[in-house]
Amino acid sequence: MTHVAILGGGPAGLAAAQAALAAGAAVTLLDEGGRLGGQFWRHHAGITDPRMQHGFERFERLLGSLERAEVHSGAAVWSAELRDGGDGGGGRIVLRAVVGDADAADRRPVVVQADAVVVATGAHDLALPVPGWTLPGVTTAGAAQALAKRDGVSVGRRTLVAGAGPFLLPVAQSLALVGATVVGVHEASRTGALARGWLPKPWELLGKSGELAEYVGALVRHRIPYRIGSGVVRVLGVERVEGAVVAQLDTQWRPVPGTERVIECDAVALGHGFTPRLEAAIMLGCEVEGDRRGRFVVVDDAQRTTMPGVFAAGEVTGIGGADAALAEGAIAGFRAAGLAQDDPRLRDALRVRDRMRRLARRLERAHGIRPGWTAWLDDDTIVCRCEAVTKGAIAERAEVPLRAMRLATRAGLGPCQARTCGRAVEAIVAEARASAAVTGAAGEAVGGANAGAQGDGAVGFDRRPLLAPVRLGELAEPTEPASDENRNEAWPSGCSA
Amino acid sequence: MSGTVRIVVDDELISGRDGQTIAGVLIGSGRIAWRTAQHGERGVFCGIGVCHDCLVTVNGVEGVRACQRRAVEGDRIEREVRS
Ligand SMILES: Cc1cc2nc3c(=O)[nH]c(=O)nc-3n(C[C@H](O)[C@H](O)[C@H](O)COP(=O)(O)OP(=O)(O)OC[C@H]3O[C@@H](n4cnc5c(N)ncnc54)[C@H](O)[C@@H]3O)c2cc1C
Ligand code: FES
Repeated sequence: MTHVAILGGGPAGLAAAQAALAAGAAVTLLDEGGRLGGQFWRHHAGITDPRMQHGFERFERLLGSLERAEVHSGAAVWSAELRDGGDGGGGRIVLRAVVGDADAADRRPVVVQADAVVVATGAHDLALPVPGWTLPGVTTAGAAQALAKRDGVSVGRRTLVAGAGPFLLPVAQSLALVGATVVGVHEASRTGALARGWLPKPWELLGKSGELAEYVGALVRHRIPYRIGSGVVRVLGVERVEGAVVAQLDTQWRPVPGTERVIECDAVALGHGFTPRLEAAIMLGCEVEGDRRGRFVVVDDAQRTTMPGVFAAGEVTGIGGADAALAEGAIAGFRAAGLAQDDPRLRDALRVRDRMRRLARRLERAHGIRPGWTAWLDDDTIVCRCEAVTKGAIAERAEVPLRAMRLATRAGLGPCQARTCGRAVEAIVAEARASAAVTGAAGEAVGGANAGAQGDGAVGFDRRPLLAPVRLGELAEPTEPASDENRNEAWPSGCSA
Repeated sequence: MSGTVRIVVDDELISGRDGQTIAGVLIGSGRIAWRTAQHGERGVFCGIGVCHDCLVTVNGVEGVRACQRRAVEGDRIEREVRS
């Protein structure tokens, strides 16, 4: 029997598990969250307001289908490897995890060996730095959403929501449902971009189930102002957020001088898009494609990556929302279990996926980050939150290779491993190099700068020695299944870094 | 539906709703920052375990992400200060 491992228990991973089981495979699913559901179905019975949940019956059906699967929640997968073929038993994919309470000292090692893997690690928010964004009270939009859904709380009483993309709407609704006043939603994109992007078919945006109408209704009901071509350019406060400066943004997201105004608030939720969690796919050797505006795992029509036996689905392959993730997951699961592409069981999922991919392209066109945003930074704005590295320090060393710049400034070397600042650092470096090239010599240097700004090959900051935080003691535990042939295997290089 | 959970933060007993994360209980009690970083105080930033801004010491174990760890009755939470 084919054994399919699934890394991630959000919509994509759950759909993959259901499909692989239906096709007769044995399935092991791992997710680091205490509960399955990923970002979309983050919940806690008794706390989550049901009005924040969408498609929950689908979620319950997916959970029900997992009866025959081996499921590990609270399982932080820290290593994913393809071992060389030919050794017979157990399959070529090896995932290593520690299972238990988040960051506990006594987690239990688990090793999963399988014939195929579906990487469904999802994405996290991309919040661009703004002067003052390290003040308590500033969170990502996703954090505001997660705290509202999972914990029933909000960080402030008066929250300003800003950034780009349709996701800002459910965030505003959730904040209102937990009792916060949303003083405004500021969308950076302008009408033109929106008109070319999703306005022609708005119902495709947030599922067919009328979600969009519901969010718009919530804005009206709670009297939440929605502004386009506008963004937060500075957060004010001494010990915590006391207000924010908003300004009109031009089509390149450059603040328009003279349009600034102060809005009083005690919390700011920032979300300028999402960035995929690529590190597992990269560790497995999969090709990623794109540039500093967005990099994703390369997959074909069967959701196959460039590595044999490795599939990818959901937001790691492109930001398309939960419906896209569900469809891609189903395709990946069926194919990983050995079904052919023209098997009738794939038909529905293929249709949905293709439609959602088109939508994802339109969304990117409408809301994708524009390079002018760096104009709202000051030289002393902290960009790397972990190591307190400023924009000025990064721009000053823009000419040296990315790796050397990181070592000199420590940008991206803190505990989050550049997950929070990576894209912003790349943008600042690219911009500094481009302006140096304009004032300096050849225009040819600009192209070079853009390529170079991606850093080590195509993966920039996205290569990480460990996929999830683990304690050194946990790495020292024997994490092999208790069969003799496995006992003496050496540690993968880099894991004690 | 959900009961309460009580945790000790810097020697003060605070209560939250059973099932909340430590970050959820802290925020519910009016705290929004609980870690001293190089430049000022930090609390939750990403809310989903990515940024490490929210670290606390739980029952003597350092470096626990408050936004990921479910609060358990009697947990002792200490602030962390970056040296
Ligand atoms: C904070 C946040 C909140 C969101 N809320 C909403 C919302 O309310 N409505 C909406 O329409 N969209 C929301 N989104 C968008 C959402 O990402 C997608 O709609 C959808 O959840 C994508 O599904 P997925 O399966 O690709 O990824 P995800 O749902 O992100 O699932 C990926 C899973 O992989 C797991 N994982 C990742 N790395 C590892 C590892 N190393 N070890 C173990 N497990 C791992 C994660 O724990 C996660 O459960 C949110 C996004 C974020 C970041
Ligand atoms: S708030 Fe980012 S890890 Fe907890």
